[in-house]
Amino acid sequence: MAGAKNHDYHILPPSIWPFAGSMAALVMAAGGIMWMHSSAGGGLVFYAGLAGVLAVMYGWWRQVIVEAHAGDHTPVVQLHLRYGMILFIASEVMFFVGWFWAFFDFSLFPAHIAYDSVAKTVSVVTDTAGTWPPKGLEVINAFRFPLLNTLILLTSGTTITWAHHALIHGDRDGLKKGLWCTIVLGLIFSCIQAYEYADAPFPFKGLNYGASFFMATGFHGFHVMIGTVFLIVCQIRVYRGDFTPKQHFGFEAAAWYWHFVDVVWLFLFVSIYVWGGWGAPVHAG
Amino acid sequence: MTDSALTGHAFDAHPHSDARAHDDHQMSFFARWFMSTNHKDIGTLYLIFAITAGIIGGAISGLMRAELAEPGIQYLGYWASFLPGGEQGLDHSLHLWNVLITAHGLIMVFFMVMPAMIGGFGNWFVPIMIGAPDMAFPRMNNISFWLLIPSFTLLLASPFFGGAGNGWTLYAPLSTYGEPGPSTDMAILSLHLAGASSILGAINFITTIFNMRAPGMTLHKMPLFVWSVLVTAFLLLLALPVLAAAITMLLTDRNFGTTFFDPAGGGDPILYQHLFWFFGHPEVYIMILPGFGIVSQVISTFSKKPVFGYLGMAYAMVAIGVVGFVVWAHHMFTTGLSVNTKMYFTAATMVIAVPTGIKIFSWIATMWGGSLSFKTPMLWAIGFIFMFTVGGVTGVVLANGGIDDYMQDSYYVVAHFHYVLSLGAVFSLFCGFYYWFPKMSGKMYNETLGQIHYYVFFLGVNVLFFPMHFLGLQNMQRRVPDYTDALAHWNWVATLGYKIMAASMLVFFVNVIWSLAKGKPAGDSPWGEGATTLEWTLSSPPPYHQFETLPRID
Repeated sequence: MAGAKNHDYHILPPSIWPFAGSMAALVMAAGGIMWMHSSAGGGLVFYAGLAGVLAVMYGWWRQVIVEAHAGDHTPVVQLHLRYGMILFIASEVMFFVGWFWAFFDFSLFPAHIAYDSVAKTVSVVTDTAGTWPPKGLEVINAFRFPLLNTLILLTSGTTITWAHHALIHGDRDGLKKGLWCTIVLGLIFSCIQAYEYADAPFPFKGLNYGASFFMATGFHGFHVMIGTVFLIVCQIRVYRGDFTPKQHFGFEAAAWYWHFVDVVWLFLFVSIYVWGGWGAPVHAG
Repeated sequence: MTDSALTGHAFDAHPHSDARAHDDHQMSFFARWFMSTNHKDIGTLYLIFAITAGIIGGAISGLMRAELAEPGIQYLGYWASFLPGGEQGLDHSLHLWNVLITAHGLIMVFFMVMPAMIGGFGNWFVPIMIGAPDMAFPRMNNISFWLLIPSFTLLLASPFFGGAGNGWTLYAPLSTYGEPGPSTDMAILSLHLAGASSILGAINFITTIFNMRAPGMTLHKMPLFVWSVLVTAFLLLLALPVLAAAITMLLTDRNFGTTFFDPAGGGDPILYQHLFWFFGHPEVYIMILPGFGIVSQVISTFSKKPVFGYLGMAYAMVAIGVVGFVVWAHHMFTTGLSVNTKMYFTAATMVIAVPTGIKIFSWIATMWGGSLSFKTPMLWAIGFIFMFTVGGVTGVVLANGGIDDYMQDSYYVVAHFHYVLSLGAVFSLFCGFYYWFPKMSGKMYNETLGQIHYYVFFLGVNVLFFPMHFLGLQNMQRRVPDYTDALAHWNWVATLGYKIMAASMLVFFVNVIWSLAKGKPAGDSPWGEGATTLEWTLSSPPPYHQFETLPRID
């Protein structure tokens, strides 16, 4: 037959999503700038753009699922998706390298500053060597909620593996339970982080300790939330019966992503909470 | 081992034998060009975008050379009056200068060289050269392109909101509390979007090259252009997220009160430079490695010989990519690094001269004893080797931490990086453009006009940039619109060089327009037996979907 394709690759029809997504990104960026500069309506424009971006994500990825059901995801196309997800996670790792770099710059070469936790002011000290954390700053007790959070994330890593094995062995009940456990553990982690942020004894503004702490753990927390949404989408797809023991890349990608946020947390816990707070006065919260 | 061991196999070479090939005729204009999932159409979009950005970036450098033609401030105040809020004070003029150099740098790096090399030629020819029907993620390919549009829009709009005058490196503190207006935020978010575009593109290229090679096309049989894009894609994937983190810190320092780069809150302005150059140094290889690949294909084609030392050429690029990640602080020699640190970064930087030397000598060895024909693409390739070597040796000079204390931020540095970019990367872009123009358009370009373009451009850019070495050694500072009278002569010469270069570009555009309209049909393989890679087995232009039956490589 003339024009038949004799290969297993996925040749796609034209799609509006890339163009629509880019334009929504422009609206979001412009709105963000307006908002940051207190321009009237900036927040509204930003949220309009964000809504557009989210709509494109929904439409685009929904279409990917439809294509998977149509049989377009041949073994080689599934391999593409695996490579794509691994490379995306690799780029995410390098993003966190930037935040860890800032943290280690501040902690290994401490500035000559002190923090007054009563007056909440930062002052330059020239009489002593710089210390990390800055002199006078109280840190979060690493062996209280952060340790609990470590255990929660490690446990969620085992429950997602439970779900995965259940899926491979055709045990739908186990799959649902394992995935529900993972989602709930993820939500508990986020709640504990939120509580800890509200209770933190140092500021986000004006101090390098707060900047590096909140931005590194904050971007991690943001990734936990993305990962949780990813898992919830997987759970919806489980109830719809999307996954088979042989083909369930959406689930695997979510599991990989979850393990990735888990590993980032371990590095945050060891570097920022334990090592970075060693010997400093602990906040009695 | 050759770089392209194709032997004859029948596969669809002619578009009209194929019903699917008519897809492009059935599609509306909007569907074809705004909703594309076709690597060749997206490559064409990238090339049009890059040429447009190149005209804008080149025009800005024309403004800069006009201002620099004589000592004193000539035109800046007048130009500034066209922008909103244009009181005509000296500060305003000097700020406009900062805006011009920033825009020129960012446009040429992110919106001309990268889209042309990776997005344009990479998209067009990587799938074809490995015998694949398209990219691995055709839709994602299109968002890589379309994200550049909002990105470029933000950057081009920024001068109308005050102007981002931070330099393309956006160093703190000028980019944090030095410029509080929205323009710098626009530049930062522009880079975020361009970075996202490039990361997605890098994922696409790596997946395509690893998974979609035709049967028999092993990694060690891939054309060197494909190797160059593979290494480049890894550099993009691993370097750009660090830039994203760095400019996000700028954003929070500017707008949300963090003190990453503010010593008053314990921050460290040098941290920004480390993060930036950890991205920025791989970035310079991102801009030149695909050029290496293009030049390898062209030298081989017009010497009618396989590339000398194919494996050495491929792994030299890998070595450049790897070592390129551990040399970043040679951009920061005058920031107060310890002497030991400077010694390490000096030594590590010099190491890069070894794989680069392997490439230069292998290109020369490829030509040695070859049956050479000096068509326009070959002229650009030879010009590339010659001029890139000049930029390379001034790079070795600057790699020395001690010497760089004297040279830092002088016009010697400007001369160095324009020899590797404006005479290196841009030469390789023209090289690729003339080489593949017949394949992409189906029409031959005009050889006479092409050669005139080459010789006049070669003369122009050398007259433009070579005197900058002298100016730098006499301590003319970069990023300053005024200079002492003693430097007037060579600045006048450099501006003359710009005019010569600009005249040659008119020849180029006449050639492109004339050739697209009236060029002779190119035929499948206009360069004859020396062109052995898979794109020359297809029709010109190739069918809308090539390789419906995959080629088999022996």
